Amino acid sequence: MRRRLISASVAALGLTLAACGGSTTPTAPAAPITIGVSISQSGDFSGDGAALKQGYDLWADDINAKGGLQGHKVTMKYVDDASSTQQVVTNYQNLITVDKVALVFGPFSSLLTIPASTVVDRYGYAFPEPAGGGPQVFNRGLKSIFFVQPAAVEDNLVSYTKWLLSLPSGQKPASVAYATQDDPFTQPQVDKAKSLLEAAGVKTAYYHVYPAETTDFTPIALQVANSKADAVILGTQLPDAVAFAKTFIQQHFNPKTIIETTGPDQGSQFSDKLGANTEGIMVPAGWTPAATAYGNNKFVSEFIAKYGGKAADISADAAEAYSVGQVVDQAAAKAGSIDNAKLIATLHTGTYNTVQGPMSFDATGKPQGGVGVYIEQWQGGNAIFVYPSTVASAQPEYPKKSWQ
Amino acid sequence: MTLVLEAAVLGVLTGGVYALMASGLTLIFGVMRIINVGHGALVVLGAYLSFAASRSLGLDPFATLVITMPVMFLLGVLLQTVFIRPLKTDREALSVLVTYAIALGIEGLLGYFFTANYRQLHAWYDTASFPVGDFRVTYVYLFGFVLCLAILGAMFLFLYRTTFGASIRATMLNRTAAQLIGIDVDRVAAVAFGIGMATAAAGGVVFGITNAFNPGSHYDLISRLLTIIVLGGLGSLRGAVIAALIMLVSEDITSVVISPVWASFTFFVILIAVLIVRPQGLYGVRVRERL
Repeated sequence: MRRRLISASVAALGLTLAACGGSTTPTAPAAPITIGVSISQSGDFSGDGAALKQGYDLWADDINAKGGLQGHKVTMKYVDDASSTQQVVTNYQNLITVDKVALVFGPFSSLLTIPASTVVDRYGYAFPEPAGGGPQVFNRGLKSIFFVQPAAVEDNLVSYTKWLLSLPSGQKPASVAYATQDDPFTQPQVDKAKSLLEAAGVKTAYYHVYPAETTDFTPIALQVANSKADAVILGTQLPDAVAFAKTFIQQHFNPKTIIETTGPDQGSQFSDKLGANTEGIMVPAGWTPAATAYGNNKFVSEFIAKYGGKAADISADAAEAYSVGQVVDQAAAKAGSIDNAKLIATLHTGTYNTVQGPMSFDATGKPQGGVGVYIEQWQGGNAIFVYPSTVASAQPEYPKKSWQ
Repeated sequence: MTLVLEAAVLGVLTGGVYALMASGLTLIFGVMRIINVGHGALVVLGAYLSFAASRSLGLDPFATLVITMPVMFLLGVLLQTVFIRPLKTDREALSVLVTYAIALGIEGLLGYFFTANYRQLHAWYDTASFPVGDFRVTYVYLFGFVLCLAILGAMFLFLYRTTFGASIRATMLNRTAAQLIGIDVDRVAAVAFGIGMATAAAGGVVFGITNAFNPGSHYDLISRLLTIIVLGGLGSLRGAVIAALIMLVSEDITSVVISPVWASFTFFVILIAVLIVRPQGLYGVRVRERL
C-alpha cells in the first residue's frame, strides 16, 4: 500500500514538474475546440451569411496555422438559421447545450443578433458579433455582447452628414429624400442622419419607412425620384439597394449624391448587377481592401488566395467576421484563457486591433474610441474611401456623374 | 396625380407578370385539387435556368425561354408522376407537404450549384425606358406584360380550342365524371403540372430581370401567389389574372398615396371584403359538400 502511495506521489510530482518545466519540456497540446455560429444560408440574409462564413473560415485557418487559439485547434460549426429570428435562437441553444461548443460567434444582422444574444447571455457565453449594431442590441442590459465594428449602427451616417454639411454653400444639397426598411440596422442610422440634416436646415423632400419583407420597391423608388431631391439617403440591404438604383436609372433621376446603408459594400455582388452605373454611389463603411489597418493586407491576400476573385470583390461582411476572430484571439491572449467569463471581463477593457482598425467596447458592448465609420464611394469600378481626408484615397465625386 | 397614374400603369404591367406566375398555380389546383406551395420555388428555378442559359450561351433572357419552358414542362411531368400521382388519399393535405418538400429540395440544390449569393438577369432593356406623358415606362415591364399576354392567350386557346384542353377543363370541373367518360385524368394531370411549370419558367424570367433573387426568394413569392388565386377563385384562370391586377394596382397606388407600410394591408382588406361576399373568390365555383 505504502509503495503504491509513494509511486503515485512520485508520478504526481513528475507531472507537476513537467507542467512547470518551461520551454525545454514538451507540453501536451490543448484540446481542440469548436466555435459555433448560426449562419443565414437561406432567406433574406443568405448572401451576407455566405460572406460571414468566408471571414470566419479564413480566421480559423490563420489561427490554426499559428498553433490554435491559446493552443486549442479550432473547428468552426455552422448551422443555418434561414434568416429566421426563431431559428437563430434554437441554433444557439443547441450549439451551447447539445454540441457544447467552447465559444460562439455572432450571426448576420441586428434582427437576428438581438434574439440570439438573449439566449447566449443566459448561458454565460461571450458573444462577439460582426453585424448586430442597432440601438436595441445595446439597451437590454446585456454584458456579454460585443459589436465588432468601428461604430454603433445609429452613427453610421454621421460622417456622411458631416461631409454634406461641409460642402460650400452653393453646392450643399437643398433637399434630401429618405426611404428605409423598418429594420433595426437600417432605420436608426437613416433617422439619425435625417435629424442631423434637418437641424442644419436641410429640407426633407420625402421620408418613408417600408416593411423589410417588401419585394416590389419600384413604387417607393418612383416617389423618391418624383421628389427631385438633391440628395438621396436609403436604408437598404442588397436587393433594394440594386432595385432603387435601377429604378432611378429607368426614370432618368440622377441626384447629386446617393448613399445606401448596405449593398454598395458587397463588392462584386453589387457591381455585377449595376455594372458601370455603380459610379458615384456611396455607402458607410468601416473597411475597404485598401485600408492600412492591422493585418488587412494579409487578410486581403489570403482571402483572394483561398476564394479567388480580386480585392474589390470582397464583401465587408467577411472582413467584419474576420475581425471577430482577431478580437477574440487578442482577448484570449490577454486573459490567458478561453474561458467565457474571463473573455467577457477582458473584452470590456483595453483596445483590440482588427482589419477595420482599433476598437474597444463600453459596458454594453458598444464600440468606443471614436474611430467612426467612413464614406466609401464607387469610382472607376472600385469602392474606395473618400471621407474623411485622413483615410481617403480619393476626393469624393460630387455631384455624381450621370447614369450610363 | 401623375404619380398615381404612373403607379396604376406599373401595377397593371407587373400585375400581368404575377398573373402569369399565378395562372400555373391555379391550373394545377383546378386539375389536381392540390395546393402547390412549391410554385414559388419553381418560378425561382425558372429564373436560375434562364440565368444559366443566358450566361453560358450568351442568349437574351427572353430567348432562353425557348430552352427553359420545354425543360420545365418535362420536369413538371416527371415531378407529377413521381411525387404527386402516388397520393391517392387525403390528396389536398398531403400535397402541401409533398410540394413543400419539393420546394425545399429545389432551394437546397440551387444553393449548392449557385451559392446563396443574389443573382439578376441582365439585358439592355432592364434599365431603359420611354416617355409617356409626364412619366416614363420601362421596357422590361412592357416586354414582360406582352409576354404574359401571349402566353396566357396561348393557354386560353389551348384550353378552349383543343380536344386535350377540353379534357383538362372536364377534369377541372369533375375529376370522377371525367374518368367515367374515358378521360385519362393521370395524363391530363401530368400535362397540366407541366404547363404550370412552363408558365413558372416564363414568369421566372421576368422576375429574374426585375428582381435580385437567391434560392430563398420563393418564400415571399408563394405567399403572394396563393393570395392571388384565393381572391380570384381557386382553379379559375380568369380569376387569377383579375386578382393579380387588383393586387398590384391596389398595392402600388396605396404605396404612393398613403405609405408602403399600408400597401399589403390594403390588398388584404379587399381580399377579406370579397371573401365575405363571395367565399369562393371572384370567379371560383361554389362546391356543394357531401352531407
